Amino acid sequence: MQEPSGSVQHSSASEMSAPRSNDVSRIFEMFRTMHLIRAFDHAAGRAWHEGRVRGSVHQYVGEEAIAVGVCANLRRVDYLASYHRGHGHAIAKGAAVTSMMKELFGRADGTCGGKGGSMHIADFSVGMIGANGVVADGVTIAVGAAHAVKLLGEDKIVAAFFGDGAINRGPLMEAFNWSVVYDLPVLFVCEDNGYAATVRTASVTGGPGIVARARSFGLRAETVDGSDVIAVDKVAEKLIAHVRARKGPALMHATAYRWYGHYAHDKNLYRDPAELARSRAEDPIVRCSKWLAENGVSPEELKSVELQAESTIESAVTAADAAPWPSALAAFADVQDAGAT
Amino acid sequence: MTEMTYADAAILALRQEMQRDRRVWALGEDIGLEGGIAGQYRGLQKEFGPQRIVDTPISESTMMGAAVGAAVCGTRPVVELRYADFGMCATDEIVNQAAKIRYMFNGQARVPLVARQAIGIRKGIAAQHSQSTEAWWVHVPGLVVVAPSTPSDNHGLLKAAIRSEDPVMYLEHKELWPIRGEVDPDGGPIEIGAAETVTNGNDITIVTWSSMRYGCFDAVRKLQEIDVYAELIDLRTLWPWDRKRVFESVGRTGRLLIVHEAVRVGGFGAEIAAEVGETCWRSLRAPIRRIAGPRSPVPYSQPLEDLFRISPSQISTTAAEMVRNAA
Repeated sequence: MQEPSGSVQHSSASEMSAPRSNDVSRIFEMFRTMHLIRAFDHAAGRAWHEGRVRGSVHQYVGEEAIAVGVCANLRRVDYLASYHRGHGHAIAKGAAVTSMMKELFGRADGTCGGKGGSMHIADFSVGMIGANGVVADGVTIAVGAAHAVKLLGEDKIVAAFFGDGAINRGPLMEAFNWSVVYDLPVLFVCEDNGYAATVRTASVTGGPGIVARARSFGLRAETVDGSDVIAVDKVAEKLIAHVRARKGPALMHATAYRWYGHYAHDKNLYRDPAELARSRAEDPIVRCSKWLAENGVSPEELKSVELQAESTIESAVTAADAAPWPSALAAFADVQDAGAT
Repeated sequence: MTEMTYADAAILALRQEMQRDRRVWALGEDIGLEGGIAGQYRGLQKEFGPQRIVDTPISESTMMGAAVGAAVCGTRPVVELRYADFGMCATDEIVNQAAKIRYMFNGQARVPLVARQAIGIRKGIAAQHSQSTEAWWVHVPGLVVVAPSTPSDNHGLLKAAIRSEDPVMYLEHKELWPIRGEVDPDGGPIEIGAAETVTNGNDITIVTWSSMRYGCFDAVRKLQEIDVYAELIDLRTLWPWDRKRVFESVGRTGRLLIVHEAVRVGGFGAEIAAEVGETCWRSLRAPIRRIAGPRSPVPYSQPLEDLFRISPSQISTTAAEMVRNAA
């Protein structure tokens, strides 16, 4: 029986799993991507507080290992559907950070021409078919993408990310059922940071949680320590191989800590300080860097990855700040063909 | 030309589109084994198999969400929602996803799907199965809204809807399923946004759509008996709607009567009246009038339900008054 959402304890906190292979360079690459995501979301948060980014920004800081470990097992042509906390998924899937930052700044050459913003980033050129502003909606879209893959006889798979706040929405249960009934190539990934916005998910969830719910529909489901990128990589490899072999849909339940509030303007005051301290102790980047150091990567190399990520993102912010605004015509483009006004 | 029912015309259109384009498929409740609640999918699963004519669980949210995902990933789904009233279970996916994806993602993806949903009052099916929801959808940027009234239109417009690159709310009227009419089996798609002038006349313009076309047609005949000649326009598609044709007609007749079964308050007739008022006011010789449903749920009992049906004599009486009392 699974623990309730958000309360899975890591038996080996701060220790990393044995890697799927002794491929240090693979883990080094994942480390690099985690840094890039962290630098991006720190910069996005700063820009929001400075008033240069509008609307809502949901930072993924602390949860980077999940997107990175899963996407390390996806191909460019595979599809990924995300949700409101989606920057990490887009970056891990290969979207360009400068275009994404321009999108957050609302500029003409942003990923979506400045018309989507943080919550509506999609980059179809890398199979990222959309973040989403409505909880659990990306999941129903993902099963449809998988349905298309099956109808067209393609060999792609679909990864559908959602947070633990989504587990009490009906459409998620519908989508689980749908994926099993039509035997679709989809991997569901529940990123469980324990909070549905500001409410403890466990306090509003009946029964034993998402893994049991998924299994009750016939999905293969496993829980993983989502602060351990090596563990995520290994479980993702196994579940994605299962999905890719057309043995049925699967669910990965990844526990994690959200460092900050639900969005940038949430001061996180409802959180227990001990839990927040723990979230820092479980930092997936620190844990990964320890493993890399133990496996022969020098402190200088590790530091240079961090500096490089920060410099890349700093350039992206500079470029975004200087980028042109969309033309007024863009406001009314791409509404529809017949009946555009 | 071949005579066939409104339901059979839709089957023919879907069959032809599925033969023409292997990316076209249909999903929904009761469309496979049963062939649709009105037989409007009869025989298609046998012909195309259960992968392309898909019986689904009663999961409207995922039916529509999956159609959106399948549409942005290279297929052209036709979703059967049965009753328009059940379309509300998929409203989020229609409004927040299907209608907005093209725009939010700056044209990176298109959402070529059709959501078929039967509207209208029919034989005591009461408050949760009788609504006409066209005005709800017209209000949502990104959606195309179609409401065919004849077998021929159901054939040509369903084809057009399936070929549309944007999501189409396709509203068939339940009382029209069995009606018969001439259809050109080789006919192509009908242009979305083109109304049909059913009768010509210079005294008054009557604008309607869906099943009210027939009541209006009977009213036009009655009016002819008293030497009033009405121009009857069946809009066929509500978004976009054929402004040009309506404006031209009202410019000639100076009188506009709008007739629809849906609730009058906030109904699409109000939009037409406002547009015509803003654009054609110099030509108007009488106030624009609307005959439409009361702002009440549709009752079950026959004598009560009958109060919600608009009769040809109501239409002809109102039209005659407008002509008689005109300036």
